Amino acid sequence: MPTQVPVSEGVFTWPSERPRLIGSRCRACGNHMFPVQSGCPKCTGADTETVELDSRGTLWTWTVQGFPPKAPPYMGDADPKTFKAFGVGYVELPGQVKVEARLTEADPSRLRIGMEMEMVIIPLTTDADGNEVVTFAFRPVDA
Amino acid sequence: MSDEVAIVGIGMHEFGRHDGVSGMDQGVIAVRRALADAGLSWEDMQFAFGGSQAAGAADTMVSHLGLTGLQFINVANGCATGGSALFSAYNTIRSGVFDLGIAIGFDKHERGAFRVNTKASGLGDWYGATGLALTTQFFGMKINRYMHEYGISQSTLAKVSAKAFRNGTLNPMAWRRKPISEQEVLDSAMLSYPLTQYMFCSPGEGGVALILARADKAKQYTDTPIYLKAAVVRSRRFGSFEVLAPSIALEHNAGPTVDASKAAFEMAGIGPEDVDLAQLQDTESGAEVMHMAENGFCEHGEQEDLIQRGDTEIGGRFPVNTDGGCLANGEPIGASGLRQVYENVLQLRGGAGARQVPNDPQVAYTHVYGAPGISGVTILSR
Repeated sequence: MPTQVPVSEGVFTWPSERPRLIGSRCRACGNHMFPVQSGCPKCTGADTETVELDSRGTLWTWTVQGFPPKAPPYMGDADPKTFKAFGVGYVELPGQVKVEARLTEADPSRLRIGMEMEMVIIPLTTDADGNEVVTFAFRPVDA
Repeated sequence: MSDEVAIVGIGMHEFGRHDGVSGMDQGVIAVRRALADAGLSWEDMQFAFGGSQAAGAADTMVSHLGLTGLQFINVANGCATGGSALFSAYNTIRSGVFDLGIAIGFDKHERGAFRVNTKASGLGDWYGATGLALTTQFFGMKINRYMHEYGISQSTLAKVSAKAFRNGTLNPMAWRRKPISEQEVLDSAMLSYPLTQYMFCSPGEGGVALILARADKAKQYTDTPIYLKAAVVRSRRFGSFEVLAPSIALEHNAGPTVDASKAAFEMAGIGPEDVDLAQLQDTESGAEVMHMAENGFCEHGEQEDLIQRGDTEIGGRFPVNTDGGCLANGEPIGASGLRQVYENVLQLRGGAGARQVPNDPQVAYTHVYGAPGISGVTILSR
């Protein structure tokens, strides 16, 4: 199995048995943010701490990316002949924040607002050194 | 409120694709046409505000137009670049510093969806690398949620597009001038569910220039001055759902369009019921639907009936996007907001030809929206 490397350091915990998104929490007002940032857009304070966000939530809205994104900046497969559509949505993490993420499901008939979702790590591409570059996504929690 | 500022000249370079003509050249042509419309020369301009997103610094166009020494300020404010140029020109005249000046917007973008510069947008490289830096996704997700909450149908989204292309056939300046039926819109490629190819506008090219004067001097330049009653630009507040956002707050705020609209109506001293026609940001057909309510012209969800019975057609009760909007004209970012004002000036003068709104419209409204969550509104009257 190739070595797995995160698409970027500091976005999610990796390697990890239980990967989590890394965000910020405002020490003054409790507001959560993703990704990490130093200032709070809610109370305008500048005292935030880094926190791991919950890995489960509900689907707030979604779409399906039906055409290859421009590369760069996209690192995944942008070849029109082999491109596979992927889901994108906002997942509401209760008491924290809604995070935008790729979804493992791209079939509109199997996505619905309000469904339970959980965070997973998925392959994005292979880098020049043969490492598998991974990123975060959310998948439906099967009932 | 007394009239303080009037638009006395308008000029446009055709929207679309113009190989071999730079964005800047299209801006220059728009300026010359606006000057001709007002019967003025470049030497008469006391100041200029201008901008583009991707076609260069506006102030360099003085080397083509004439080195007259005027105050020329470049404006760069994302999708509200044109609206911000107009806002600045409006307030420059209101302040009493100058009597006569010009607002200019132009652009020229590469084909296909906008390539987002994540760094310039304050986003990490990972955001673009993982396939999230697409404005189209936001529009799909916003209307998907809206349809879920308010019962808007796919047929209504398709009707908005079909209307835009129909209005485009009546506009010689428009990019898309062939009608596309509701069924063809629905059958076109699904780009970002629930939005199909013909529900989206495309980045394009074009230029617009507007000449503004002190209202009490406007009749020196034109018999039909159009008065600028309000020009407002607002950014997002905490809790609003905007384009290119890796996360959004749990709590909900209505967004910059609602704020800009309320401020503009307050400034003009009128309400939505006094408006005869509107140009509303239609990056995609769902945006036009949502922006009807966000700008105060109906309640959320009422659009379904209004659009199904044709109220927003040129001959309808409340015409929207009479020139074909972004859908038929494309979106050259720097020029797009000014195109809306150009169209409203034409309509209020009674000079819109085949697409003229009947019964002498008196008040017209524009609304532009874009990244990273910014809205600009103007209200014009005869």
